Amino acid sequence: MPDMLRTARYVDDISDPLEPSLEAAPVSPSQSPDPGAEAALWASRVFDIRDNRSEAAFVAVFEHFAPRLKAFLMRGGNDAATAEEVVQDVMSTVWRKAHMFDPSRASVSTWLFTIARNRRIDIARRRNARPEPEALPWGPDHAPAPEEVIGLQEDSARLGEAMRTLPEKQRRLIESAYFGELTHREIAAETGLPLGTIKSRIRLALDRLRHAMS
Amino acid sequence: MISHHLTDELLMAYSAGTLPEAFDLAIATHLSLCDTCRASAESYDAVGGALVEDGTQAEMSDGALSEMLERIRSEAPEPVGTTPRPEAAGAPSVLPAPLAAFIGGDVDAVKWRPVGMGVKQAILQTADDAASARLLFIPAGTAMPDHGHRGTELTLVLQGAFSDEAGTFARGDVEIAESDDDHMPVADAGEPCICLAVTDAPLRFKGWLPRLAQPFLNI
Repeated sequence: MPDMLRTARYVDDISDPLEPSLEAAPVSPSQSPDPGAEAALWASRVFDIRDNRSEAAFVAVFEHFAPRLKAFLMRGGNDAATAEEVVQDVMSTVWRKAHMFDPSRASVSTWLFTIARNRRIDIARRRNARPEPEALPWGPDHAPAPEEVIGLQEDSARLGEAMRTLPEKQRRLIESAYFGELTHREIAAETGLPLGTIKSRIRLALDRLRHAMS
Repeated sequence: MISHHLTDELLMAYSAGTLPEAFDLAIATHLSLCDTCRASAESYDAVGGALVEDGTQAEMSDGALSEMLERIRSEAPEPVGTTPRPEAAGAPSVLPAPLAAFIGGDVDAVKWRPVGMGVKQAILQTADDAASARLLFIPAGTAMPDHGHRGTELTLVLQGAFSDEAGTFARGDVEIAESDDDHMPVADAGEPCICLAVTDAPLRFKGWLPRLAQPFLNI
């Protein structure tokens, strides 16, 4: 069954990862059948926060993601009050650190997921910093090429699509892993998800940053 | 060039945020040295992002948005800068950033305690006791204690190298031992080997240290 998710399109993308195949122009989700466009829309809103301190963009991000993050945290075992506290901290981070969002390595939903995860863990551990990999250079000097961004946003959207079409049993297994309902020993690594293209794109982005460092 | 990597299940669990702190520390340290595993970990983050995007929604309480707006109006954005290059500070560091941050300095800040045969260790205080972390210092050419495991143990090389039945492990390489593996690593000749070892169960040593000593050594 995983094979049917690995369509020829993905294979093509690996062979030519830099070919732009999506217009970056933000399109409202309802107008576009292309899921990459929705991811690009959220990214553009984070840029609007970063560049213009736009409260309207912030409100849009809050209204879309806050209820999703809250539900996600509650499913992971947090009570409603803690979940809401974490969400507020996540949104504050979005406001203060919008410049840390690297669209060549994460979609907005992925970025928010990682901030929420780290905040939740820090509160549980009474620590300030979950061990995270060494930070790579970021900022205007290391801006990614537009096609890298488009590719990653598009692939993230495809991953979401693939997850929606997974058989119920497999999807449950993945959810169990992320909601901490299984020990790491029990998690099947073979998820059958098209993670290969995302991995290779992120690898390219990391290479670019490593080169910038040396 | 790193040749011994983390498993997908560990990377996925790190991304999910379900591991004890000791494992988070070892994995973050490996990811700082290994872009291959880092790309995998970040792609598992994308799975988490997709679960958030497509998951159920729980309504925020009344007034959450207006409180939020009030809060951000009092918060200034953090200045845009660049992270300092690790090597800019002087000599290249032995401990990658997450480990150095955890200890509060590079290898010279480690509080070593001798455990015999020239081997030294430093137990790191972790937030939970589901797993333990320690740094090991093994003189060049010296055998590490012959031990079996009751749980999972990750041994990440930070300096020098060691070899055992599974091969040779140098800086950045991680050996993953499961409960039934009996192995006897020997530090390679050349320079002392420094490793970060994390385990979710106490090690049991055979021969090299009397079993009774284990509670006192806290290993």
